[in-house]
Amino acid sequence: MRKYSVFAVAREALRGHKGWEAQWTSPEPRSSYDVIIVGGGGHGLGAAYYLAKEHGITNVAVIEKGWLGGGNTGRNTTIIRSNYLYEESMDIYEHSLKLWEGLSQDLNYNTMYSPRGVMMLSHNVHDQQSFKRHINANRLYGIDNEWLTPEQAKAFVPVLDIAKTARYPINGAALQRRGGTARHDAVAWGYARAASDRGVHIIQNCEVTGIRRGPGGEVQGVETSRGFIGAKKVGVSAAGHSSVVMEMAGVRVPLHSNPLQALVSEPLKPIFPCVVMSNTVHAYISQSDKGELVIGAGTDQYNSYSQTGGLQIITHTLDAICELFPMFRRVKMMRQWGGITDNTPDRSPIQGVTPVPGLFVNCGWGTGGFKATPGSANLFAHLIAKGEPHRLAAGLNLDRFRTGRLIDEAAAAAVAH
Amino acid sequence: MLLIHCPYCEEDRSELEFRWAGEAHIARPENIAAISDEEFAEFFFLRNNEKGLTYERWRHIHGCGRFFNAARDTVSDRFLMTYKAGLPKQQVPETGASEKTVETYEATEGDAR
Repeated sequence: MRKYSVFAVAREALRGHKGWEAQWTSPEPRSSYDVIIVGGGGHGLGAAYYLAKEHGITNVAVIEKGWLGGGNTGRNTTIIRSNYLYEESMDIYEHSLKLWEGLSQDLNYNTMYSPRGVMMLSHNVHDQQSFKRHINANRLYGIDNEWLTPEQAKAFVPVLDIAKTARYPINGAALQRRGGTARHDAVAWGYARAASDRGVHIIQNCEVTGIRRGPGGEVQGVETSRGFIGAKKVGVSAAGHSSVVMEMAGVRVPLHSNPLQALVSEPLKPIFPCVVMSNTVHAYISQSDKGELVIGAGTDQYNSYSQTGGLQIITHTLDAICELFPMFRRVKMMRQWGGITDNTPDRSPIQGVTPVPGLFVNCGWGTGGFKATPGSANLFAHLIAKGEPHRLAAGLNLDRFRTGRLIDEAAAAAVAH
Repeated sequence: MLLIHCPYCEEDRSELEFRWAGEAHIARPENIAAISDEEFAEFFFLRNNEKGLTYERWRHIHGCGRFFNAARDTVSDRFLMTYKAGLPKQQVPETGASEKTVETYEATEGDAR
């Protein structure tokens, strides 16, 4: 793999940009691998990368039904933060945030991580108490988070309406300065390129149709639309389709798949300096480097795999955006789409071993998996390589729904969870 | 937005009037204190989350207020049929014919248990 650098850009500029090579290869699948990862999104590709980089396991295939990053990795609103309430959550999201900080250098790929700050608006006494509890919990755990008065919030985001007569008055805000955004496609592509360079096979347009198990119940490999591929270890990282894939191995998981929508506006000049979220009125917004306002809406109430979603969900969010930022009322929305999120009963992810020997699962990231991509991938690789979870992910096991040791982030979660 | 047929009101109404209420036909164990942790997890948390035909409960919360069941395709989001709470799981009609009407929910409640 040729390294990307300013010299490479200069060299190619002189040669008419004819020397760029494909970022990853698309080899024919082997008959078997040491590890198969089902799902070529950020989490799956990242896990393959870290398996190769940190655990020396390079005989790995990532099998993707569609194209890389075409699922939730390419459909989210790219928000990154780690200001969660419980230690299990803070552990993995902060691990992730630290990896984000060095990810572009690590992958030699510009993921455009931008720690521009994530601000959560408080509208009432309950919000204020809840956010301050979060801030205190975060700071005690070594994670940055601070309280802002309405005036300080306005100074940070000048377009914010803090008038006392506003439809949704603001009595303060929580700000995580290290939070921000990254470029979603670049994350998938960067991991794919770096993994492919280390020998990982990336197999796109190949659907897993079954999981073959041996006489002892152990995993033997996966049936795919391109034939059987053997592996003693299979990691499932299939996001909204995790229930479907796990069912192939006879494992039921406590998930609901719901559409979650987002939309972007026409491109504007730089106007919006950070990410602003309002949990109470259900809106979140940032501005991409292309200038589009990126707006996240909510999930539909019912199970669905349709990748669309109801119109009333996005109009509800836009109503709130227009009240909070009156100047955006005349902005035209350009595109809208949906992704299928896999939600657990306690709104915390599941990463761990399963009752099937050799089968590992990484799912339940729900509406907030993007921010966790590097951390989740890194710890999932550890899980697959060692056969047992890393200390930072130990609490996220599937068994917690039997033992009752839930991680109840639901009540505390923000909108863009 | 979905258009949902309430089998009690006997008319199609907008999704805004309804609340999704989870998978249908999950029977609460008779003596819940006696079941094992595995059985409780199965009853309380584990769900089919089907891709395709699913049976689910809805509540016409801003209408008659009653719970009912629905068969829906989770890929197209199309409702195949809705039927009253307490009725056993219905075969999905091939041609979209509506279910046989019953007189009251109370009349069939006993059978469903």
